[in-house]
Amino acid sequence: MREISSALVADAVARLCIEANIVLPKDVRDCIALREREEPWAPAREILGRIAENYAVAERERLPICQDTGLACVFLEIGQEVHISGSLEDAVNEGVRRGYREGFLRKSAVRDPLDRVNTGDNTPAMIYYEIVPGDALKITVAPKGFGSENMSQIKMLRPSDGVEGVKAFVLKAVEEAGPNPCPPIIVGVGIGGTFDKAALLAKKALLRETGAPSPNPFYARLEHELLEEINALGIGPQGFGGRSTALAVSIETMPTHIAGLPVAVNINCHVARHRTEVL
Amino acid sequence: MAIKVTAPLSPEDARKLRCGDSCLLSGVIYTARDAAHKRLCELLSAGKELPFDVKNSVIYYVGPTPEHDGLPIGSAGPTTSYRMDAYSPALIAAGETGMIGKGRRSAAVVAAMREHGAVYFGAIGGAGALLSHCVKMAEVVAYDDLGAEALRRLVVEDLPVTVVIDAEGNDLYEKGRKEYLESLRK
Repeated sequence: MREISSALVADAVARLCIEANIVLPKDVRDCIALREREEPWAPAREILGRIAENYAVAERERLPICQDTGLACVFLEIGQEVHISGSLEDAVNEGVRRGYREGFLRKSAVRDPLDRVNTGDNTPAMIYYEIVPGDALKITVAPKGFGSENMSQIKMLRPSDGVEGVKAFVLKAVEEAGPNPCPPIIVGVGIGGTFDKAALLAKKALLRETGAPSPNPFYARLEHELLEEINALGIGPQGFGGRSTALAVSIETMPTHIAGLPVAVNINCHVARHRTEVL
Repeated sequence: MAIKVTAPLSPEDARKLRCGDSCLLSGVIYTARDAAHKRLCELLSAGKELPFDVKNSVIYYVGPTPEHDGLPIGSAGPTTSYRMDAYSPALIAAGETGMIGKGRRSAAVVAAMREHGAVYFGAIGGAGALLSHCVKMAEVVAYDDLGAEALRRLVVEDLPVTVVIDAEGNDLYEKGRKEYLESLRK
Protein backbone atom coordinates (compact mmCIF):
# COMPACT_ATOMS: atom_id res chain seq x y z
CA MET A 1 0.00 0.00 0.00
CA ARG A 2 1.39 3.38 -0.96
CA GLU A 3 0.54 6.33 1.25
CA ILE A 4 -0.18 9.74 -0.31
CA SER A 5 -0.89 12.67 1.94
CA SER A 6 -3.99 14.69 1.18
CA ALA A 7 -1.90 17.86 1.54
CA LEU A 8 0.03 16.83 -1.60
CA VAL A 9 -3.28 16.41 -3.41
CA ALA A 10 -4.39 19.91 -2.42
CA ASP A 11 -1.07 21.38 -3.61
CA ALA A 12 -1.32 19.61 -6.96
CA VAL A 13 -4.94 20.65 -7.53
CA ALA A 14 -4.11 24.30 -6.73
CA ARG A 15 -1.20 24.28 -9.21
CA LEU A 16 -3.28 22.57 -11.89
CA CYS A 17 -6.18 25.04 -11.53
CA ILE A 18 -3.84 27.98 -12.06
CA GLU A 19 -1.77 26.55 -14.92
CA ALA A 20 -4.80 25.10 -16.74
CA ASN A 21 -6.46 28.51 -16.79
CA ILE A 22 -3.38 30.40 -17.99
CA VAL A 23 -1.54 28.09 -20.37
CA LEU A 24 -3.53 26.33 -23.06
CA PRO A 25 -2.21 22.85 -23.98
CA LYS A 26 -0.12 22.61 -27.15
CA ASP A 27 -2.59 20.22 -28.82
CA VAL A 28 -5.32 22.88 -28.80
CA ARG A 29 -2.97 25.62 -29.98
CA ASP A 30 -1.73 23.39 -32.80
CA CYS A 31 -5.33 22.74 -33.89
CA ILE A 32 -6.07 26.49 -33.99
CA ALA A 33 -2.91 27.12 -36.05
CA LEU A 34 -3.88 24.36 -38.48
CA ARG A 35 -7.41 25.77 -38.85
CA GLU A 36 -5.99 29.24 -39.44
CA ARG A 37 -3.79 27.91 -42.27
CA GLU A 38 -6.66 26.00 -43.87
CA GLU A 39 -9.43 28.59 -43.39
CA PRO A 40 -10.54 29.90 -46.80
CA TRP A 41 -12.63 32.84 -45.45
CA ALA A 42 -10.59 35.95 -44.63
CA PRO A 43 -12.74 37.33 -41.76
CA ALA A 44 -12.61 33.90 -40.12
CA ARG A 45 -8.81 33.76 -40.49
CA GLU A 46 -8.55 37.11 -38.76
CA ILE A 47 -10.58 35.90 -35.77
CA LEU A 48 -8.46 32.75 -35.48
CA GLY A 49 -5.38 34.99 -35.47
CA ARG A 50 -6.80 37.05 -32.60
CA ILE A 51 -7.64 33.87 -30.70
CA ALA A 52 -4.04 32.62 -31.06
CA GLU A 53 -2.76 36.06 -30.00
CA ASN A 54 -4.93 35.86 -26.88
CA TYR A 55 -3.35 32.53 -25.87
CA ALA A 56 0.11 34.15 -26.15
CA VAL A 57 -0.93 37.25 -24.16
CA ALA A 58 -2.44 35.08 -21.40
CA GLU A 59 0.72 32.99 -21.05
CA ARG A 60 3.10 35.98 -21.19
CA GLU A 61 1.14 38.13 -18.74
CA ARG A 62 -0.06 35.27 -16.52
CA LEU A 63 -3.71 36.21 -17.11
CA PRO A 64 -6.54 33.69 -17.44
CA ILE A 65 -7.12 32.85 -21.13
CA CYS A 66 -10.86 33.44 -20.64
CA GLN A 67 -12.72 35.30 -17.89
CA ASP A 68 -14.95 32.23 -17.44
CA THR A 69 -12.47 30.16 -15.49
CA GLY A 70 -15.19 27.59 -15.16
CA LEU A 71 -16.43 25.09 -12.69
CA ALA A 72 -13.38 23.11 -11.58
CA CYS A 73 -13.87 19.62 -13.04
CA VAL A 74 -11.37 17.36 -11.30
CA PHE A 75 -10.81 13.83 -12.59
CA LEU A 76 -9.11 11.44 -10.18
CA GLU A 77 -7.72 8.08 -11.25
CA ILE A 78 -6.89 6.42 -7.97
CA GLY A 79 -4.64 3.38 -8.02
CA GLN A 80 -6.13 0.64 -5.89
CA GLU A 81 -2.78 0.21 -4.12
CA VAL A 82 -2.93 3.81 -2.90
CA HIS A 83 -4.11 4.98 0.49
CA ILE A 84 -4.76 8.69 0.89
CA SER A 85 -4.37 10.02 4.41
CA GLY A 86 -6.99 12.60 5.30
CA SER A 87 -10.12 13.50 3.36
CA LEU A 88 -9.60 13.36 -0.40
CA GLU A 89 -12.70 15.42 -1.13
CA ASP A 90 -11.65 18.13 1.32
CA ALA A 91 -8.16 18.16 -0.19
CA VAL A 92 -9.50 18.66 -3.73
CA ASN A 93 -11.78 21.48 -2.59
CA GLU A 94 -8.93 23.08 -0.62
CA GLY A 95 -6.80 22.96 -3.78
CA VAL A 96 -9.56 24.60 -5.83
CA ARG A 97 -10.11 27.26 -3.16
CA ARG A 98 -6.40 28.10 -3.04
CA GLY A 99 -5.81 27.89 -6.79
CA TYR A 100 -8.72 30.17 -7.65
CA ARG A 101 -7.66 32.69 -4.99
CA GLU A 102 -3.92 32.71 -5.69
CA GLY A 103 -4.35 32.54 -9.45
CA PHE A 104 -6.75 35.51 -9.58
CA LEU A 105 -9.36 33.25 -11.18
CA ARG A 106 -13.07 34.02 -11.25
CA LYS A 107 -15.34 32.42 -8.69
CA SER A 108 -18.28 31.13 -10.68
CA ALA A 109 -19.94 28.56 -8.42
CA VAL A 110 -23.34 29.11 -6.77
CA ARG A 111 -24.31 27.04 -3.70
CA ASP A 112 -27.79 26.17 -4.92
CA PRO A 113 -29.05 26.09 -8.51
CA LEU A 114 -32.15 28.10 -7.59
CA ASP A 115 -31.13 30.45 -4.78
CA ARG A 116 -27.93 31.28 -6.75
CA VAL A 117 -25.72 32.65 -3.99
CA ASN A 118 -22.04 32.57 -5.01
CA THR A 119 -19.93 30.34 -2.75
CA GLY A 120 -17.12 32.87 -3.07
CA ASP A 121 -14.26 30.42 -3.59
CA ASN A 122 -15.34 28.39 -6.65
CA THR A 123 -15.98 25.28 -4.56
CA PRO A 124 -17.30 22.70 -4.65
CA ALA A 125 -15.25 21.07 -7.36
CA MET A 126 -17.00 18.68 -9.71
CA ILE A 127 -15.10 15.51 -8.79
CA TYR A 128 -15.01 12.35 -10.92
CA TYR A 129 -13.55 9.34 -9.11
CA GLU A 130 -12.21 6.28 -10.86
CA ILE A 131 -10.45 3.31 -9.25
CA VAL A 132 -7.71 1.89 -11.48
CA PRO A 133 -4.94 -0.71 -11.05
CA GLY A 134 -1.57 0.45 -9.72
CA ASP A 135 -0.15 2.67 -6.99
CA ALA A 136 -0.36 6.12 -8.59
CA LEU A 137 -2.85 8.95 -8.31
CA LYS A 138 -3.55 10.77 -11.56
CA ILE A 139 -5.21 14.18 -11.24
CA THR A 140 -6.61 16.06 -14.21
CA VAL A 141 -8.14 19.51 -13.80
CA ALA A 142 -10.35 20.63 -16.68
CA PRO A 143 -12.01 23.97 -15.89
CA LYS A 144 -15.29 24.04 -17.84
CA GLY A 145 -16.86 27.29 -19.00
CA PHE A 146 -20.63 27.40 -19.21
CA GLY A 147 -21.07 29.25 -22.49
CA SER A 148 -20.30 25.92 -24.11
CA GLU A 149 -21.63 23.65 -21.34
CA ASN A 150 -25.09 25.26 -21.77
CA MET A 151 -25.15 24.21 -25.43
CA SER A 152 -24.71 20.50 -24.64
CA GLN A 153 -27.48 17.96 -25.27
CA ILE A 154 -28.43 14.36 -24.51
CA LYS A 155 -30.94 12.08 -26.17
CA MET A 156 -32.05 8.49 -25.78
CA LEU A 157 -32.14 7.31 -29.39
CA ARG A 158 -33.73 4.05 -30.57
CA PRO A 159 -31.38 1.26 -31.67
CA SER A 160 -33.01 1.50 -35.13
CA ASP A 161 -31.79 5.11 -35.41
CA GLY A 162 -28.30 3.66 -35.83
CA VAL A 163 -25.22 5.59 -36.88
CA GLU A 164 -27.27 7.96 -39.06
CA GLY A 165 -29.39 8.89 -36.05
CA VAL A 166 -26.25 9.56 -34.00
CA LYS A 167 -24.81 11.79 -36.73
CA ALA A 168 -28.06 13.71 -37.15
CA PHE A 169 -28.27 14.34 -33.40
CA VAL A 170 -24.67 15.58 -33.15
CA LEU A 171 -25.16 17.91 -36.13
CA LYS A 172 -28.43 19.21 -34.68
CA ALA A 173 -26.72 20.02 -31.37
CA VAL A 174 -23.92 21.91 -33.15
CA GLU A 175 -26.40 23.74 -35.40
CA GLU A 176 -28.57 24.78 -32.45
CA ALA A 177 -25.50 25.93 -30.52
CA GLY A 178 -24.50 28.09 -33.49
CA PRO A 179 -22.46 31.11 -32.40
CA ASN A 180 -23.25 30.78 -28.68
CA PRO A 181 -20.46 28.44 -27.41
CA CYS A 182 -17.55 30.49 -28.86
CA PRO A 183 -16.70 28.46 -31.96
CA PRO A 184 -14.38 26.96 -33.04
CA ILE A 185 -15.61 24.29 -30.67
CA ILE A 186 -14.56 20.81 -29.65
CA VAL A 187 -17.35 18.27 -29.74
CA GLY A 188 -17.29 15.48 -27.15
CA VAL A 189 -19.69 12.63 -27.96
CA GLY A 190 -20.64 9.81 -25.60
CA ILE A 191 -22.51 6.84 -27.03
CA GLY A 192 -23.88 3.94 -25.01
CA GLY A 193 -24.12 3.07 -21.32
CA THR A 194 -27.04 4.59 -19.41
CA PHE A 195 -28.47 8.13 -19.46
CA ASP A 196 -25.80 9.39 -17.04
CA LYS A 197 -22.90 7.28 -18.35
CA ALA A 198 -23.38 8.68 -21.87
CA ALA A 199 -23.00 12.22 -20.49
CA LEU A 200 -19.89 11.20 -18.57
CA LEU A 201 -18.39 9.63 -21.71
CA ALA A 202 -19.02 12.84 -23.63
CA LYS A 203 -17.26 14.87 -20.95
CA LYS A 204 -14.33 12.43 -20.84
CA ALA A 205 -14.07 12.59 -24.63
CA LEU A 206 -13.11 16.25 -24.18
CA LEU A 207 -10.06 15.20 -22.16
CA ARG A 208 -8.54 13.38 -25.11
CA GLU A 209 -5.66 15.09 -26.89
CA THR A 210 -7.41 17.50 -29.25
CA GLY A 211 -7.45 16.14 -32.79
CA ALA A 212 -6.20 12.67 -31.81
CA PRO A 213 -8.47 10.02 -33.36
CA SER A 214 -10.27 7.25 -31.51
CA PRO A 215 -8.16 4.05 -31.33
CA ASN A 216 -11.18 2.23 -32.82
CA PRO A 217 -10.98 2.62 -36.64
CA PHE A 218 -14.79 2.67 -37.04
CA TYR A 219 -15.19 5.51 -34.56
CA ALA A 220 -12.10 7.31 -35.88
CA ARG A 221 -13.80 7.37 -39.30
CA LEU A 222 -17.07 8.55 -37.75
CA GLU A 223 -15.20 11.36 -35.95
CA HIS A 224 -13.64 12.40 -39.24
CA GLU A 225 -16.97 12.35 -41.11
CA LEU A 226 -18.71 14.36 -38.40
CA LEU A 227 -15.92 16.94 -38.32
CA GLU A 228 -16.18 17.37 -42.11
CA GLU A 229 -19.96 17.75 -41.93
CA ILE A 230 -19.79 20.20 -39.01
CA ASN A 231 -17.22 22.28 -40.86
CA ALA A 232 -19.47 22.35 -43.93
CA LEU A 233 -22.25 24.08 -41.92
CA GLY A 234 -20.62 27.49 -42.44
CA ILE A 235 -21.08 28.74 -38.84
CA GLY A 236 -17.37 29.61 -38.56
CA PRO A 237 -15.29 31.19 -35.78
CA GLN A 238 -17.56 33.21 -33.47
CA GLY A 239 -20.45 32.36 -35.81
CA PHE A 240 -19.49 35.09 -38.29
CA GLY A 241 -19.19 32.56 -41.14
CA GLY A 242 -16.34 30.32 -42.28
CA ARG A 243 -15.11 26.78 -42.35
CA SER A 244 -13.62 26.51 -38.85
CA THR A 245 -16.69 25.70 -36.76
CA ALA A 246 -15.04 22.81 -34.90
CA LEU A 247 -11.45 21.84 -34.13
CA ALA A 248 -12.20 18.21 -33.38
CA VAL A 249 -14.85 15.59 -32.69
CA SER A 250 -14.01 12.98 -30.03
CA ILE A 251 -16.23 9.96 -29.52
CA GLU A 252 -16.17 7.63 -26.51
CA THR A 253 -18.39 4.57 -26.31
CA MET A 254 -19.38 1.76 -23.95
CA PRO A 255 -21.75 -1.21 -23.99
CA THR A 256 -25.45 -0.47 -23.55
CA HIS A 257 -28.86 -2.15 -23.20
CA ILE A 258 -30.53 -4.10 -26.03
CA ALA A 259 -33.31 -1.48 -26.08
CA GLY A 260 -31.19 1.66 -25.98
CA LEU A 261 -28.86 4.00 -27.84
CA PRO A 262 -28.04 6.92 -25.50
CA VAL A 263 -26.10 9.76 -27.13
CA ALA A 264 -24.68 12.78 -25.34
CA VAL A 265 -22.98 15.78 -26.92
CA ASN A 266 -20.79 17.84 -24.59
CA ILE A 267 -19.57 20.98 -26.32
CA ASN A 268 -16.35 22.73 -25.37
CA CYS A 269 -15.15 26.12 -26.56
CA HIS A 270 -11.75 26.62 -28.15
CA VAL A 271 -10.36 27.40 -24.69
CA ALA A 272 -10.26 23.67 -24.06
CA ARG A 273 -8.36 23.63 -20.79
CA HIS A 274 -7.01 20.48 -19.23
CA ARG A 275 -3.88 19.72 -17.26
CA THR A 276 -2.66 16.56 -15.56
CA GLU A 277 -0.22 15.57 -12.80
CA VAL A 278 0.58 12.09 -11.56
CA LEU A 279 1.43 11.67 -7.87
CA MET B 1 -11.07 49.75 -41.89
CA ALA B 2 -12.46 49.87 -38.39
CA ILE B 3 -15.01 52.55 -37.49
CA LYS B 4 -14.34 54.59 -34.35
CA VAL B 5 -17.35 54.53 -32.03
CA THR B 6 -17.71 56.51 -28.81
CA ALA B 7 -19.80 55.62 -25.76
CA PRO B 8 -22.20 56.93 -24.53
CA LEU B 9 -23.81 56.32 -27.91
CA SER B 10 -26.80 58.29 -29.18
CA PRO B 11 -29.66 56.42 -30.91
CA GLU B 12 -28.87 58.45 -34.06
CA ASP B 13 -25.26 57.20 -34.06
CA ALA B 14 -26.40 53.67 -33.23
CA ARG B 15 -28.65 53.71 -36.30
CA LYS B 16 -25.70 54.62 -38.55
CA LEU B 17 -23.89 51.35 -37.78
CA ARG B 18 -24.37 48.39 -40.10
CA CYS B 19 -24.29 44.67 -39.46
CA GLY B 20 -20.73 43.43 -40.13
CA ASP B 21 -19.01 46.75 -39.35
CA SER B 22 -15.72 46.35 -37.48
CA CYS B 23 -15.57 48.99 -34.77
CA LEU B 24 -13.15 50.28 -32.16
CA LEU B 25 -15.17 51.40 -29.17
CA SER B 26 -13.88 54.05 -26.75
CA GLY B 27 -15.45 55.87 -23.84
CA VAL B 28 -17.52 54.91 -20.81
CA ILE B 29 -19.44 51.64 -20.75
CA TYR B 30 -21.01 49.53 -17.99
CA THR B 31 -20.73 45.83 -17.19
CA ALA B 32 -23.69 43.69 -16.20
CA ARG B 33 -24.61 40.02 -16.43
CA ASP B 34 -27.71 38.01 -15.50
CA ALA B 35 -27.92 38.88 -11.80
CA ALA B 36 -27.31 42.63 -12.28
CA HIS B 37 -29.80 42.75 -15.17
CA LYS B 38 -32.42 41.15 -12.96
CA ARG B 39 -31.94 43.81 -10.28
CA LEU B 40 -31.93 46.65 -12.83
CA CYS B 41 -35.21 45.48 -14.30
CA GLU B 42 -36.76 45.14 -10.84
CA LEU B 43 -35.88 48.82 -10.25
CA LEU B 44 -37.33 49.79 -13.63
CA SER B 45 -40.62 48.02 -13.02
CA ALA B 46 -40.87 49.60 -9.55
CA GLY B 47 -40.36 53.01 -11.20
CA LYS B 48 -37.14 53.58 -9.22
CA GLU B 49 -33.91 55.21 -10.36
CA LEU B 50 -31.09 53.03 -11.73
CA PRO B 51 -27.60 53.19 -10.16
CA PHE B 52 -26.14 54.49 -13.46
CA ASP B 53 -27.24 56.75 -16.30
CA VAL B 54 -28.96 54.34 -18.67
CA LYS B 55 -29.65 56.97 -21.35
CA ASN B 56 -27.40 56.31 -24.36
CA SER B 57 -25.51 53.67 -22.37
CA VAL B 58 -23.58 50.71 -23.71
CA ILE B 59 -23.63 47.59 -21.53
CA TYR B 60 -20.90 44.94 -21.79
CA TYR B 61 -21.95 41.43 -20.75
CA VAL B 62 -18.84 40.45 -18.83
CA GLY B 63 -17.84 39.05 -15.46
CA PRO B 64 -14.10 39.75 -15.32
CA THR B 65 -11.52 37.76 -13.37
CA PRO B 66 -10.07 39.56 -10.30
CA GLU B 67 -7.44 42.14 -11.21
CA HIS B 68 -3.76 41.80 -10.33
CA ASP B 69 -2.22 44.69 -8.36
CA GLY B 70 -1.69 47.70 -10.61
CA LEU B 71 -4.03 46.53 -13.37
CA PRO B 72 -7.56 47.91 -13.81
CA ILE B 73 -9.15 44.54 -14.59
CA GLY B 74 -8.46 40.86 -15.14
CA SER B 75 -9.49 38.85 -18.20
CA ALA B 76 -12.61 40.45 -19.63
CA GLY B 77 -14.23 38.76 -22.61
CA PRO B 78 -17.95 38.60 -23.42
CA THR B 79 -20.44 36.14 -21.95
CA THR B 80 -23.32 34.57 -23.93
CA SER B 81 -26.03 37.18 -24.50
CA TYR B 82 -29.27 35.18 -24.74
CA ARG B 83 -29.41 34.99 -20.95
CA MET B 84 -30.00 38.76 -20.94
CA ASP B 85 -32.81 38.55 -23.54
CA ALA B 86 -35.51 38.62 -20.88
CA TYR B 87 -34.19 41.95 -19.56
CA SER B 88 -32.79 43.85 -22.57
CA PRO B 89 -36.07 45.17 -24.06
CA ALA B 90 -36.88 47.05 -20.83
CA LEU B 91 -33.36 48.53 -20.65
CA ILE B 92 -33.46 49.52 -24.32
CA ALA B 93 -36.82 51.22 -23.75
CA ALA B 94 -35.19 53.07 -20.83
CA GLY B 95 -32.37 54.37 -23.05
CA GLU B 96 -29.72 51.69 -23.48
CA THR B 97 -28.32 52.00 -27.04
CA GLY B 98 -25.58 49.38 -27.17
CA MET B 99 -24.97 45.85 -25.94
CA ILE B 100 -21.72 43.89 -26.17
CA GLY B 101 -21.77 40.12 -25.89
CA LYS B 102 -21.70 37.01 -28.04
CA GLY B 103 -24.33 34.71 -29.51
CA ARG B 104 -27.88 35.03 -30.77
CA ARG B 105 -30.59 37.42 -29.51
CA SER B 106 -34.35 36.97 -29.31
CA ALA B 107 -36.90 38.53 -31.65
CA ALA B 108 -38.15 40.71 -28.75
CA VAL B 109 -34.66 42.21 -28.26
CA VAL B 110 -34.30 42.90 -31.99
CA ALA B 111 -37.76 44.52 -32.07
CA ALA B 112 -36.79 46.83 -29.19
CA MET B 113 -33.51 47.69 -30.96
CA ARG B 114 -35.40 48.68 -34.11
CA GLU B 115 -37.98 50.69 -32.25
CA HIS B 116 -35.60 52.70 -30.07
CA GLY B 117 -32.36 52.73 -32.07
CA ALA B 118 -29.88 50.33 -30.47
CA VAL B 119 -27.09 48.10 -31.71
CA TYR B 120 -25.74 44.70 -30.64
CA PHE B 121 -21.98 44.26 -30.82
CA GLY B 122 -20.03 41.01 -30.63
CA ALA B 123 -16.62 40.81 -28.96
CA ILE B 124 -14.41 37.75 -29.44
CA GLY B 125 -15.46 35.04 -26.99
CA GLY B 126 -12.50 33.38 -25.32
CA ALA B 127 -10.13 36.32 -25.88
CA GLY B 128 -10.46 37.85 -22.41
CA ALA B 129 -6.74 38.39 -21.79
CA LEU B 130 -6.34 40.33 -25.04
CA LEU B 131 -9.51 42.37 -24.51
CA SER B 132 -8.42 43.35 -20.98
CA HIS B 133 -5.75 45.58 -22.58
CA CYS B 134 -8.52 47.90 -23.85
CA VAL B 135 -9.87 48.56 -20.35
CA LYS B 136 -8.15 51.61 -18.86
CA MET B 137 -10.22 52.04 -15.72
CA ALA B 138 -12.79 49.99 -13.82
CA GLU B 139 -14.84 50.74 -10.73
CA VAL B 140 -17.77 49.01 -9.08
CA VAL B 141 -20.86 51.22 -9.27
CA ALA B 142 -23.38 48.89 -7.62
CA TYR B 143 -24.09 45.31 -6.52
CA ASP B 144 -20.64 44.69 -5.02
CA ASP B 145 -22.12 41.62 -3.32
CA LEU B 146 -22.33 39.94 -6.74
CA GLY B 147 -18.53 39.78 -7.04
CA ALA B 148 -17.62 39.20 -10.69
CA GLU B 149 -21.23 40.01 -11.58
CA ALA B 150 -21.21 43.50 -9.97
CA LEU B 151 -22.20 46.53 -12.07
CA ARG B 152 -18.96 48.21 -13.12
CA ARG B 153 -18.18 51.43 -14.92
CA LEU B 154 -15.37 50.92 -17.43
CA VAL B 155 -13.32 53.38 -19.41
CA VAL B 156 -12.32 51.59 -22.61
CA GLU B 157 -10.06 52.52 -25.47
CA ASP B 158 -10.31 50.97 -28.93
CA LEU B 159 -12.18 47.86 -27.78
CA PRO B 160 -12.50 45.75 -30.95
CA VAL B 161 -16.15 44.83 -31.56
CA THR B 162 -18.20 43.82 -34.58
CA VAL B 163 -21.78 44.91 -35.25
CA VAL B 164 -23.68 41.62 -35.08
CA ILE B 165 -27.23 43.01 -35.20
CA ASP B 166 -27.86 46.56 -36.39
CA ALA B 167 -30.79 48.86 -35.60
CA GLU B 168 -32.58 47.62 -38.72
CA GLY B 169 -32.43 44.05 -37.47
CA ASN B 170 -29.83 42.72 -39.93
CA ASP B 171 -27.94 39.81 -38.35
CA LEU B 172 -24.30 38.93 -39.06
CA TYR B 173 -24.84 35.35 -37.86
CA GLU B 174 -27.13 34.89 -40.88
CA LYS B 175 -25.40 37.24 -43.30
CA GLY B 176 -21.80 36.12 -42.64
CA ARG B 177 -22.67 32.46 -42.90
CA LYS B 178 -24.67 32.97 -46.10
CA GLU B 179 -21.88 34.97 -47.74
CA TYR B 180 -19.28 32.36 -46.83
CA LEU B 181 -21.40 29.47 -48.13
CA GLU B 182 -22.15 31.39 -51.35
CA SER B 183 -18.43 32.03 -51.85
CA LEU B 184 -17.91 28.25 -52.01
CA ARG B 185 -20.34 27.92 -54.90
CA LYS B 186 -18.59 30.53 -57.06
